[in-house]
Amino acid sequence: MLRGQRVAQETFDAIVVGSGISGGWAAKELTEKGLRVLLLERGKNVEHVKDYVNARKGPWEYPHRGERTVAMEKAYPVLKRDYPLNETNLDWWASDRDSPYTELKRFDWFRGYQVGGRSLMWGRQSYRLSEYDFEANAQDGVGVDWPIRYADIAPWYDHVERHAGIAGSIENLPQLPDGQFQPPMPLNCAEEVVAERLKSHFGGRRRIIPGRNANLTQPLPGRSPCQYRNACWLGCPYGAYFSTQSSTLPAAMATGRLTLKPWSIVTELVYDRDRRRASAVRVLDAVSDKTTEYRAPIVFLCASALNSTWILMRSATDVWPGGLGSSSGELGHNLMDHHFRVGASGSMPEMADKYYFGSRPTGFYIPRFRNLFGDKRDYLRGFGLQGGASRQDWQRAVRELGVGGDFKDRMAQPGEWRIGATAFGEMLPDHDNWIGIDDTRADKWGLPVLKMHCEIGENEKLMRRDMQNDMAEILEACGVSDVHTFDNDYAPGMGIHEMGTARMGRDPKSSVLNGWNQVWDAPNVFVTDGACMTSSACQNPSLTYMALTARAADYAVRELKRGNL
Amino acid sequence: MADEDVAPVTINRREMLKRVAALLGGSALVGQAALLAGCERAAEAPPATGAGVGLFTADEVALLDEMADTLLPETDTPGAKAAGVGPFMALMVSDCYWPDDQRVFRDGLVELDERTGAAHGKTFMAATGAERLAVLEALDAEQYAATQARADGEPPHFFRMMKELALLGYFTSEIGYTQALRYAETPGRYDPCVPYEAGERAWAPHA
Repeated sequence: MLRGQRVAQETFDAIVVGSGISGGWAAKELTEKGLRVLLLERGKNVEHVKDYVNARKGPWEYPHRGERTVAMEKAYPVLKRDYPLNETNLDWWASDRDSPYTELKRFDWFRGYQVGGRSLMWGRQSYRLSEYDFEANAQDGVGVDWPIRYADIAPWYDHVERHAGIAGSIENLPQLPDGQFQPPMPLNCAEEVVAERLKSHFGGRRRIIPGRNANLTQPLPGRSPCQYRNACWLGCPYGAYFSTQSSTLPAAMATGRLTLKPWSIVTELVYDRDRRRASAVRVLDAVSDKTTEYRAPIVFLCASALNSTWILMRSATDVWPGGLGSSSGELGHNLMDHHFRVGASGSMPEMADKYYFGSRPTGFYIPRFRNLFGDKRDYLRGFGLQGGASRQDWQRAVRELGVGGDFKDRMAQPGEWRIGATAFGEMLPDHDNWIGIDDTRADKWGLPVLKMHCEIGENEKLMRRDMQNDMAEILEACGVSDVHTFDNDYAPGMGIHEMGTARMGRDPKSSVLNGWNQVWDAPNVFVTDGACMTSSACQNPSLTYMALTARAADYAVRELKRGNL
Repeated sequence: MADEDVAPVTINRREMLKRVAALLGGSALVGQAALLAGCERAAEAPPATGAGVGLFTADEVALLDEMADTLLPETDTPGAKAAGVGPFMALMVSDCYWPDDQRVFRDGLVELDERTGAAHGKTFMAATGAERLAVLEALDAEQYAATQARADGEPPHFFRMMKELALLGYFTSEIGYTQALRYAETPGRYDPCVPYEAGERAWAPHA
């Protein structure tokens, strides 16, 4: 069969591209509002529970106990740069060989190409952005203003939190709004001690609160509460953490209006220049190489930030050489991530008679305190800190002197308590951080690959000093011993929080999307994944994609019914 | 992860506790021997004792087994040999070490016998338990000092590799997990604070 041959056309009410966190939400919301939806996923299917083949394994059931082999390192030259390359869930990380890209500057792109996308492996930390975050660009004169404010998204945070199931505590912090939480997963005794002591330092502005995470502490329909195995990234047999498979896909399926097609790579959106609409989605079958066009009045691009923009860049090139959305001059630009891998830790020898039972799939959070409430630094914005306290395990034995039976028995006991945290810092939007098409290389399916040009700037570098020193200061103020800072270096992408490249804004001359996530040049195309972010804030972003997606889906259906799409 | 490659993301993803443990311990996560090492065999089923494994002959695997069993002997819980640590080490060096480190490791295996010969006039296999332990104690002190003084880019001391792999092999084996440590595959609850009495075994995390 010739590549590019058209074999069929099918029509739906809406097409969703990508089945991860954002795409799953789009499919759920649109089907529940009565639309017949086609959900396209470029990779294989992963069936809930049935395909979580490693979920029950002990480490001894993996040939290399979960560690990486040289063969794996050779096959995954990008993934090997950080922890994702491992033996336990390798099938869920995209192949660097099949899907290469060009690094004009180092950019670590860790992808999940299957039904569920990275919702299967995500970190599950779930925090709302606040009014400070939506106002930040306008106040600082950085980037462009968000076209929405907290009040616009707040009800949609409520909506998605109820269905996803977020464990968290009510804290009344203006920079980290509370939500519709299930009961939090508690701090352990060492964390509790430090959290309590911290209240009487720094004017009460630095707070240790339980991490807010998308793991159930109470049942939801079809899902059980967390069993404290902390094996989430193998897939949860209890459906206890939010994923497409556990939460949004079953809801969409239950409507009877969802068609899910794995192995469907969207090569481009077909653009009707007279109607200024996308008229069809062109799909390459990843297995058979057959091309099919699907038509629908609404398209949601939820392919993950860089992939959604990559699709836009390949679309409507007969009208705009830079692709659909490039009339703004900003398509591909303002790439962001969260910079991190910097913080501090210390020990708490006085806690030796305390321990814990069960593995909690979260830790503590220290909400942003810099450049807020009158604090003013030599950089803009701020960071949050994510950490935990635990007793050392047998791995400490590698660094300790000792051989023989007493040594073995001692190392089988818990070691000292350690407490620490890693900071996640906001990265400013910068036009000079961009992605583009590299016409000199193609991926396995013949598509010209992306090229990346991104680095952190002076603002982030200045922030990194505070990111470690502030944590050390917190630990020392709270009586923690042996405090050390660390900076393990960071390259853009490592946070796996890719954001920007098709930002929302108020003006089609400087933004790709409007305040409803519609492409200015094609209002029936909605981009609701990380690509749409106008600034990054410092909170883990997935919850915001969920809320923006649900909000855009609601608007899209209303517009469709009004005959505007 | 290597000493300096302290647990990134913690909460951000992956098993929080495990990563935080690494972060907090600042521990050289064993087994990131992978960072050290390699050859290109495909993964195989765990090997049985008595057979050659990867780059290693049956005799060499037996030697690794005895070395590991001296390092981590039977106490009131089984030792390394019972947990299959020798064959595991051979597999890891064959599959997960890059060639330079394979060489260091294999030379170390020869040196283990030479050291035993110099000190006790016999091979490691022929030495008594006390003699073997004395050899490992000396090597351990040596690797400890060498690791402290080690510059970037220098190869690790061979006994550091052996100790790291033996510990990984033992404490992630079924015996290590369920007998030396305590393992609840499905804890079912989280108790954030329980009393701990000296001597109680640690809880192993899920893989």
